[in-house]
Amino acid sequence: MSAVISASNLSKRYKATLALDQVSFQIEPGRIVGLIGPNGAGKTTALKAILGLTDFSGELNVLGFDPRKQRDKLMGEVCFIADVAVLPRWIKVHEVVDFVAHVHPRFDRAKCEAFLARTKLQPNQRVRQMSKGMIVQLHLSLVMAIDAKLLILDEPTLGLDILYRKQFYQSLLEDYFDENKTIIVTTHQVEEVEHILTDLMFIRDGRIVLDADMDAVGERYIEVMVNADKADAARALKPLDERQVFGKCIFLFDGVGRAQLEALGETRRPSISDLFVATMKGTYA
Amino acid sequence: MKTSKANTLFWLVKREFWEHRGGFFWAPVITGGIFVLLNIMGIVTGEVFGARNGFNLSFGGGQNNLRILSKALDKQSMDTVGAGLDMVMYSATMIMGIILGFVVFFYCLGALYDDRRDRSILFWKSLPVSDTATVLSKVISATVVAPFITVIVGTLTGLLMLLTFALALSLHGVSVWHLLSLSHPLEVIANMVGSIPLYLLWALPTVGWLMLCSAWARNKPFLWAVALPVAVGIVIGWFNLLGTINVSNDWYWRDVAVRILGSVFPGGWFSEVTGIGGNDPAEFVSSLSLTRGYTALASANLWIGVAAAVVMLACAIWFRRWRDDS
Repeated sequence: MSAVISASNLSKRYKATLALDQVSFQIEPGRIVGLIGPNGAGKTTALKAILGLTDFSGELNVLGFDPRKQRDKLMGEVCFIADVAVLPRWIKVHEVVDFVAHVHPRFDRAKCEAFLARTKLQPNQRVRQMSKGMIVQLHLSLVMAIDAKLLILDEPTLGLDILYRKQFYQSLLEDYFDENKTIIVTTHQVEEVEHILTDLMFIRDGRIVLDADMDAVGERYIEVMVNADKADAARALKPLDERQVFGKCIFLFDGVGRAQLEALGETRRPSISDLFVATMKGTYA
Repeated sequence: MKTSKANTLFWLVKREFWEHRGGFFWAPVITGGIFVLLNIMGIVTGEVFGARNGFNLSFGGGQNNLRILSKALDKQSMDTVGAGLDMVMYSATMIMGIILGFVVFFYCLGALYDDRRDRSILFWKSLPVSDTATVLSKVISATVVAPFITVIVGTLTGLLMLLTFALALSLHGVSVWHLLSLSHPLEVIANMVGSIPLYLLWALPTVGWLMLCSAWARNKPFLWAVALPVAVGIVIGWFNLLGTINVSNDWYWRDVAVRILGSVFPGGWFSEVTGIGGNDPAEFVSSLSLTRGYTALASANLWIGVAAAVVMLACAIWFRRWRDDS
């Protein structure tokens, strides 16, 4: 099957800053891609380009459409949740369900109502009367009832408590995701998406610095816990990062053979957040 | 579920109504309620003072009946009474029309701005709806839905007023049905409903300009929408004072500034119609007739306004599509 998104040489400049700098990537169907980067790295700009919300230079194809020219058609196949507070505050639950049911050809009303029945939301409740968590529940119920090929989540769980956050990703995995769907998610709460991602993209200063599937990440990056006496030997192998825990040194290596590292100490797969911190070193300096 | 373009547009308009129920529906209803209340208070006051001062307004005394009343009123005064009653019906809608002007003005100003400010535009833009359809639905809401509701509520209020007045007069021995037969409620209703298309055409330049500002301004659309035309007017006035250019101040203010800011107030098109007024109420009322109003269609002013509105709305759609607020 062909790629859901293929981008080549995407660039976008806001007055002084280059938000995207000759970015190229491909996303295959049936993947859950984490787009991770520091604030201002260009994540939201990349998503906006994919959604046809901003102009850019370069080639971009999303589900066979050019988001600049065929946005209306594209949005029939793509769903989008920006960070929490974007549902209009005046609208009532039954109004927004009615509205989406009548303007979206791929919306399944029964499904949406089944999702809503699991929440405390009342049909006559207005968005302005809801907590952030409830707004996200409503938005997610709407989105999961749409049979879209691509779902884009931009900081979907920002400001939610842990119960809502866990529930959010759990519903997505259990009731929504399948091999025909693709999800792109940006978030700063990396630990929470770590176990559901199939692919990882790091973006920094408008460039993609890492683009790999999770298996490849596990092959390539290895963390070793080394006793102090072997620390110099480990440093000689040029680790990405080094930190001290309980008198031991933890080194993060990129592309060094596993056998070689096992001789130094206990090896394990690094967490995405450690990998992220190591990769982004010096971003704000 | 199947969706067609017309269906999408219908739901977009419905959405506008949901959001602006207060301005579109409750504003005329409340105005109407206050209007009726004030009039009833006025009638009661009149009755009380009349009774105290021993003044009796009744026609024909005790032996009231249709024949005597008809005799008592000659043709001219019958026309006057009828025109007066028609004016009663018009007056409710006229007052609501002023409210309508304000409602539509601020509605247009916020139409393409408010959802950018609270970022709910990201939700609307996540649906497969074209920006053209969105803007069009807002134009329809401003120029058709809002005036239509005003006319309906205004008509009902007018009928209520008519009955109240007729009832009050009947206490003084004048037959209600005879009085009502002197008025022309159907004609009044037809005139008001019939002027909605005229309102649409006349209001378009203001709607277009306000929506353009609404779609374009990063903040304070009101200031841009009002300050820009006023500033241009002042500059023209200044150049005229210096004598360097020859653009008529009057022309600018009347045919540009007022047209792009004030045309949402209904009835403006009568400035393009000759022979408004008359020697008595009946003539005045008939000079407001639909056929007279529609002679405004012959004026260049109206059509130039429509053409300008189309250009401004096209720009508004473009800004709606590409304005990037990050």
